[in-house]
Amino acid sequence: MENLFSLFIRNVFTENMIFAYFLGMCSYLAVSKTVKTSVGLGIAVIFVITVTVPVNWLLENYLLKAGALKWLGPAYESVDLGFLSFLLFIAVIAAIVQLIEMVVEKSAPALYNALGIFLPLIAVNCAVLGAALFMQEREYGTIAEATVYGFGAGFGWALAIVVLAAIREKLKYSNVPAPLRGLGLAFILTGLLAIAFMGFSGIKI
Amino acid sequence: MKNLKLLISPLNDENPITVQVLGICSALAVTVQMKPAIVMALSVTVVTAFSNLIISFGRNTIPPRIRIIIQLVVVAFLVIVVDQILKAYVYDVSKKLSVFVGLIITNCILMGRLEAFAMSNKPFDSFLDGIGNGAGYGLILITLGVIRELFGSGSLMGYQIVPQQFYNAGYIDNGMMILPPMALITVGIIIWIQRGFNRKLIEK
Repeated sequence: MENLFSLFIRNVFTENMIFAYFLGMCSYLAVSKTVKTSVGLGIAVIFVITVTVPVNWLLENYLLKAGALKWLGPAYESVDLGFLSFLLFIAVIAAIVQLIEMVVEKSAPALYNALGIFLPLIAVNCAVLGAALFMQEREYGTIAEATVYGFGAGFGWALAIVVLAAIREKLKYSNVPAPLRGLGLAFILTGLLAIAFMGFSGIKI
Repeated sequence: MKNLKLLISPLNDENPITVQVLGICSALAVTVQMKPAIVMALSVTVVTAFSNLIISFGRNTIPPRIRIIIQLVVVAFLVIVVDQILKAYVYDVSKKLSVFVGLIITNCILMGRLEAFAMSNKPFDSFLDGIGNGAGYGLILITLGVIRELFGSGSLMGYQIVPQQFYNAGYIDNGMMILPPMALITVGIIIWIQRGFNRKLIEK
């Protein structure tokens, strides 16, 4: 079993969702205009990934994987429901996002309005489904590892969006060519940050 | 006139990638070469158009509380159909694309258009909106594919374009172009050029 702390650090820095795998870019670019909203979305994504990865881990290990239905009796030992994983993972994610949308709408209307269309879009944020699929692919052994992995992946995503938002807030005071203002510059900045994060790729902890 | 506008505006003024910021992940992943970019653009157009149509038919009966799940199921169903068709007729390309076709489910263009347009408009308008947005997405995807394949591997559609004499004379393909960060920077430059011509898109 891998050290949980190093698993966390690895997923925040060297295997960052945004800079290493380019998952969840849409909301990343669109909501990173101010630090305040990006912190809100970052927390929402951390929460969604930290909840969905362990839930999907349970599904994977007690329902979907080849031989996972052993607990029902020896007759089910050869059943492999792996082909259902896409559909079940996305259904779990959509259900949890819908739940969070309802809670946020009730308890924090300001945040709800600020996030707008991007709250339902967390359901199709590729980072969330991507995390579930990476969890499946890497075969984490225990639910603790899966949870730490989910938290690390979400934290790395949140870190990336807050970094970009902070840079974009500072950029408001600089003299950028008019057509490049806003989105264009955000793309180029992300490209440069990604090149910088490639420097982490050799690190072993 | 209004229908024409639904088809044309996503190509430039309302482009899904460069203006609405939807569907970026796949734009980065499938544009290393031109051929997958074209197939991907077609698949996304079909799925967007028909999911818009279906959701728009049911827009008055879908309970808002569980709309996301219903939308995802419709999209997943269409993606499976497209995946099977690709497997049946263009098996070699489908093999290359297999993962990305599955990931159309999480392409935010679909959810974005369903939420923003199909839930509040008539079926035929929504269908046209889907085709228009798919085409706008495809336009950027194919542009990126051409730029990245031409400069990154010196070929287009798998055929060598840069003459062998150039390589003999010391020309080297730009390896950066194949890496994802360069896709981001290229999109940034495309946006720069687009807004240079289309001044009303400039952000304050």
